[in-house]
Order: sequence, then C-alpha cells, then structure tokens
Amino acid sequence: MKILKNLLKSPMFVTGLVLFLATIILALIGPYVHTITMERVGPQYAPPAAQYLLGTDDLGRDYVSLLIRGLRSSLYVGFLAGIIATTVGTLLGIYGGFKGGWIDDLINMITNLFIVIPSFVILILISSSLKDGRSLTLIGLIIGMTTWTWSARAVRAQSAALKSKDHISLAKINGDGTLAVIVKHILPYLASYVFMVFILQVASGILSEAAISMIGLGPLDTVSLGTILNQAKNNGALGDGVWWAFIPSTVIITVIVFALYLINTSAEGAFNPRLRK
Amino acid sequence: MQNNKNIFTASNCTCEFGSGKKIVRAVDNVTFEIKDEEIVSLVGGSGCGKSVLAKIMLGLHHPTSGTFLYNGNPITNTKIHWREVQAVFQDPFSCFNQFFTIRSQLKAAFGIMKDKPSTKEMEDRVDQALLAVNIKPPEIEGKYPFELSGGQMQRMLLARIFILRPKVLIADEPTSMVDACVRANILDYLMKLKEELKMTIVFITHDIGLAYYVSDRLFIMHKGKIVEQGSPDEVTSSPKSEHTIQLLDDIPEIHRDWIVRSPSAKLAHPAV
Amino acid sequence: MSVFEVQNLSLHYLTRFGQKIHAVTDVSFTMEKGEILGIAGESGCGKSTLVNGLMGLFIPPLYPTSGDVRVGGESLMNRSPKDIRENVLCRKVSMIPQGAFNALNPTCKVKDIAADVIAAHMKEVDKKHIYSRLRERFDLFGMNTDKVLNSHPIQLTAGERQRSVIGISTLLNPQMVIADEPTSALDVTTQKVVIKMIFDLLEKGIFSTMIFITHELPLLRHVADNIAIMYAGEFVEVGTTEQIVFDPRHPYTKALMGAMLSAEPGQKQKKPTAIEGAPPNLANPIEGCRFAERCPVAKPECRKNKQDIRMVAGRQVRCEYAE
Repeated sequence: MKILKNLLKSPMFVTGLVLFLATIILALIGPYVHTITMERVGPQYAPPAAQYLLGTDDLGRDYVSLLIRGLRSSLYVGFLAGIIATTVGTLLGIYGGFKGGWIDDLINMITNLFIVIPSFVILILISSSLKDGRSLTLIGLIIGMTTWTWSARAVRAQSAALKSKDHISLAKINGDGTLAVIVKHILPYLASYVFMVFILQVASGILSEAAISMIGLGPLDTVSLGTILNQAKNNGALGDGVWWAFIPSTVIITVIVFALYLINTSAEGAFNPRLRK
Repeated sequence: MQNNKNIFTASNCTCEFGSGKKIVRAVDNVTFEIKDEEIVSLVGGSGCGKSVLAKIMLGLHHPTSGTFLYNGNPITNTKIHWREVQAVFQDPFSCFNQFFTIRSQLKAAFGIMKDKPSTKEMEDRVDQALLAVNIKPPEIEGKYPFELSGGQMQRMLLARIFILRPKVLIADEPTSMVDACVRANILDYLMKLKEELKMTIVFITHDIGLAYYVSDRLFIMHKGKIVEQGSPDEVTSSPKSEHTIQLLDDIPEIHRDWIVRSPSAKLAHPAV
Repeated sequence: MSVFEVQNLSLHYLTRFGQKIHAVTDVSFTMEKGEILGIAGESGCGKSTLVNGLMGLFIPPLYPTSGDVRVGGESLMNRSPKDIRENVLCRKVSMIPQGAFNALNPTCKVKDIAADVIAAHMKEVDKKHIYSRLRERFDLFGMNTDKVLNSHPIQLTAGERQRSVIGISTLLNPQMVIADEPTSALDVTTQKVVIKMIFDLLEKGIFSTMIFITHELPLLRHVADNIAIMYAGEFVEVGTTEQIVFDPRHPYTKALMGAMLSAEPGQKQKKPTAIEGAPPNLANPIEGCRFAERCPVAKPECRKNKQDIRMVAGRQVRCEYAE
C-alpha cells in the first residue's frame, strides 16, 4: 500500500499508467463504441474522412476497426509472452539460485545456451516453418519460450544473494522445506523485481510480435498492429504517401511500449529504497 | 547435575570451501568434545572459523573430512536434528522476514515439532515465551520486524528458543549488534534459558571478556584451529597460546593499561 | 580560545504528522585544543542526532530548535547543507562514521575516493601531485600503502577499510574530528589497531581535538580525557574520565557502569546488571527527571521536578539528589 502511494506521487509513473490504461480501455470498450467490421466499407486507400475516421486500407476496410482489433491482438500477445517468460524465468532462476550446485549449473547452462542463440532468429525459423496454423497464441508462446532467459538470469542473481541471509537459515531450522522457503522467504523479497521484469517482458513481447509480423511471419488468423504494418509495406503505402496506413499503428505501438518503460523506470525508484527520496 | 554424556564429538574435523587454488579451509582439523549441560564459548577474531563451526553443529554445513557426531551419531536427518539443536543468530533484523508479522514468525517455529500442538496451545505458548523475555504480548501484536528496537528483536529470537525448548543452543554472537546495556539484559535471559531448560549452550563471540563471564569452558580459535581450550580462569590467568594472549590484550579493560596515548602533539604534519 | 563551543543546543525531528520529537535537549560544552571528549549512552539516546547537529548539517526531518555551535569562533548554525559541505566538513569538522562500508563508494578505488575529497576542497591541483601527497599521508598509517590505495573497498579487510576512512576524513587536518562509534562494528583485535592509528594521528599532529562516541565505557576510559554521559537527549553527567569511570555520581552513570563486563580473573562474581525498562518516548514532553522511571533510587518528586545541571564533587550532574 505504501509502495502504491509512493508510486502515485511519481509523475513518471502516473503518466505511464494513464497511457497504458488508455490503450487497454481503447482495446476493451472500442468494439462497443465503434462498430468493428472487416468488410469493405469504402474505396481502396480512402483518406481519413467523416465516415471512416482513419481512412481505409488496400481492401477498402475501415482502419479504426483494424487498429482496435490489432491493438487487442498485440496486448494479448504481449501479456501471454510476458507471463510465460516471467513465470518460467522466475521459477528456474529462483530454484537454481537457491539450490546451487549441479542443478544451478545445469539451469545456468540452459540459460546461457538460449542467450547465445539469438531468440529472434529462432522466432523467425519457427514461424516460417509453420506455414499453416500460425495463430496469435502460438506466436505468443514462441516469444515467451525464447525470451525467459533474461528474467532467469536477473532473478537467479538475486536469489543466490538472498540464499545466505540469516532469515533463510532461521526458516530452515524452523523446518520449512525448499518450496516453503522459496515461496515465503525468497519470493516476497523478489516480488518488486519480478514485477519490473514482467513489465519489460510484456513490452518486449509486443515489440517482437510487431517485428515478426512486419516481416510477414505474423499470425494468419487475425489482424495485429504488426500485420497492418506488413500490409502497408507490401502495398508500397510508404512510397505512395498513404500515411494513414502506417502512422497510427506505429504510434500505438510506441505509446504502449513507452508507457510500460515509464512504469518500469518509476517503479524501480519506488521499490529501491536507495533511489527513493 | 552435569553428566558426562558427550553432546558433540569432533575428531579431525575439517571444512573447506571452494575448489582448486581458491580453496579456503575454514575449519582445520579440530578435535573436541562438548558435554551435556555445558556452556562452551568459541572465541576468536573475524574469519577464525567459529561461525562455520557453529553451522556444522547445526547441520547447515558438513565437514569435508573427519567426523562430527551429535549424541554419538553423524547428523543426517536435519529435521530431527533441529528439534534438539537450535540457534540464535547475530543480527536479529536479518533473521526475520520483513513481510510477515513477528508473531506469525514466532509461530512458524512450531513447524519443526513432531507433534504440533493445537492452535490455542500454540498461542498460549507464544504468549508465555514472550513473557519469559519480559515483553507483554500486546506490545508486538500486529507488528513487523522493523517496528521494534534491536534489543527487542534479539529478545524475540530468544523467545523463539523458549517456544522450542531445544536441548542444545548455538548462540552466534547474540550480543555483538546491541549496545552494552542491552547486552547484560540478553545475557540474563540466556542464563535463564540455561537454568530453566537445562540446555547445553555453545556461545560464539569475539570478546573473550564476554566468554569469560558466560562459559564453563573456552575454546580459543585462530585460522580454523582450536589453539587453546580450558576453564575460563585457566585460560585468562595463564594463557598458553599467543593468540589467547593477543585476545586478552586487545580488550580495553578499565583496571589495566591498554594503549597509552602520548600527551601532546609533537610535530604538525601539513595537510594534504 | 576554545576550539569548539556548544551552547544550549536542542534539536528536533519533525515527523510526517507534524509531531516534534525532541531528540537532543540543552547540550552545552566547550573543548580546548588537544582535548578528547567521550560521549556515551545507550542506543537511541540521541548520540547520532547530536553528531549531525555538531556538524551543522541539518537535513530534513532534522531541525535545530535552539542553541549555537561554534568551531574556532565561527558559527555553524543557520547555514545551508551545501555551504556546510563545501566550507566546513573535512576542513574544520570531520566525521568518522561507524560503517566504513557505507562510507566508501564501492565502485571507486580508495585513492580516487581520497583524491575526490581533496579536489573538492582545493582548486587547481594536478592529479599526480595529489597522488604523491596521498601516498605520503597513507604511509603514516602503518598499512601496505600501495595495496590499500589501489584497491576497491570490497577487497580490503574491515580494519583496513575503517583505517582508510579515518585517513580520508583527516586528509585536510581538520580542527575537530567527530568519531561516531568508529569501532563498534569491528572485533576486539581490529578495534585496537584502529584506536592505535587514531592515537598515531594525534601524536603526529594531524588533528588534535576529537569527540569520540561509543557505548563502550571501558574503551572510553583509555581514549577520552573527559566523558559526557547522555540519556534521552540530555547530558546527565559530565566530568573527567577518572571521575566518571571510577567514581560515578549520577544514578544512570552508576547503572551504566554496572552493566559493563570485565574479563579479569576473579571478576566473574561481579555480574553485570541490566538496566530494566526502556528510555522515555521523546515525542511527549517530560516534566521531571527523564531517568526517574528506571532509576533505582528515584523519589516520588523526581517525576515532577525538572532536573538541572549542578556541580557535584567537581563534575556536572543532572540530579538533585546526587552527592
């Protein structure tokens, strides 16, 4: 509670939170305010006008509808990838750091292996090998499974440092097992840390999806902010001066990621007593 | 009365950390016995291996060579070991988890017991233990570790021992973080524990004066070895090891010259 | 003229709820050049707050209530923290803190930390010159100068770190040194080494006047010329070391001496006695004697009568019944 109060005093955090909530609200209530349609509503690449506020795409579809749909997909992918990466990374990191010995070595080796192989290349390879059935959920899963390494790295270091603290020794001689020690005596100390890692993972998930979709390896079952950009690129919208084809989606991606980075940076100040002032 | 049963028996016990060139021998080939209901102090400067030896007694570390026996058996099942051998650590603040109330953490001590008492009895026993260290239970109701003073927190660690009633207590520098007035207070409670529970106490300290006051026997440690052992009077009045002499010499004593300050400044050194 | 004068200094903290906590009340003393004053008391008695007040360093929530602090005749009151840091600290008044680890920036080498201190107080000195002067100064401390100067704090032992801190804080030959529990975190052997170094610096004339704060009275017996005993923000007894240690008159000083341990053979029977109870809450105004609640010889009127400093057997005592 105290931390939340501290956070709300920081203008950076409030700005980030407001921007992020705005995008979420847009994604949630957008369909109720604006009729979403994937049908042709006007001519090809019609400029913004009263009946289609942000113009139409190459198939004459309404860009507002596309953007709302795309935003929903991007947030979904971001959270899915963020939750998977943070959960897997945190569990492996805490366990390895706490246990030490060969288990730690093994987890470390796997982590290093994943870090050495560029995750984006894996993402491209997997995506391009899946010609059919490349769904949004699958993309999210792949992003999550290839980016957990840096949360594991960060959490492992913290967990290893906590391991030798007196309260862990005391918990042990109280008879707590490994799981109880981790849940009660390590996780609370890392909670703020894990939260910050999670925020960054969500942001990177959104960016990764946009990047992979941009180069044409995005989901086939739905529209995302990345696929909108891909479409615009394929049709040469950039050269034709059709700015409404790429600027709105770029702005939305930027705003989400910017908001998440603001939250992360300000949260660091609130959680870390040394930066708190 | 004290019987002659051995609580701890160490023979050629060595504990090393690290590997290769970086190997550190924290405990070096020590052999000793600690008898039932004895108070033994391990005395030495920082890095002499006394804390590692304490962790071996607790079963948190294991000797890399030699044997270490509790009641004649090696320590294998630590959960059973901790029902009988418990500890008080140096820094009471780092011993408690800052996210839980003190009371809930005192109750966590019941976790090690074989037959857990009923909830009602647990609460009663926590209250009794708090009263034993002169703290009224409402004083700490709903409080978190950072809301108490160092002296109070150290008494919380002792209250935990009153709850568990172990046979052996390892006290790892329990008074080094508190000031001199609170120190006498903590020592009083330790003596009370010893009287009431007939415990064996292993007291770890760098202050030979403190050790002299509390213990029946002193072990002087230096670089992982026990360099001298004996009764407090023997050790302090006719020390044999140079390290013991050093330790005795280092304590600022009221009735004895220590380091003598020369009366006045002789030459003024220019400022840098 | 006195080097250091403190007149009726009172300090308070302002809590978030606007409550005033009177951490230090009516402290007065003067120090002559070459004097070492020991201040002793239990934790929470206001020793560390007093240290900040004596340096004139008032960072909220700490505020001066009244009184004056003068170093060589110059007042330290009503000055900004920036002014104090630039013109007073290190040169006139220098502080030796308890935890050397927090005092040294872990990412810098000792020589760079020291060079920064010099550079901050002198203009236009070239780095080479500073390093050679540093080496000269550190050679006096009886450590391996090369190793210490070129190490990061974490590579040094606790004793070397504390000695480096002392060396750095006395680089500019301050008129006054305030040592706040400089040896409390060290073991007895290291404590002796550190005290020896302080005595060495005194002998070499690097500084000559010092306030030494600790809760270990036996240590003060060897370090201080005069001792002030502090309780609940007030000085309760001030006298020479001999008077305080061997012939205490205030009931609190007596109790404090009774709580000390001794390692001498034959002394085991003299059991240290704890002082029961806790110091009063300084957020509430206290009318009578602050020690009355815990005093073994308190009379009913002690809780009502304000106690003033009076002279008993050649020293100041804040107790109307002391004799």
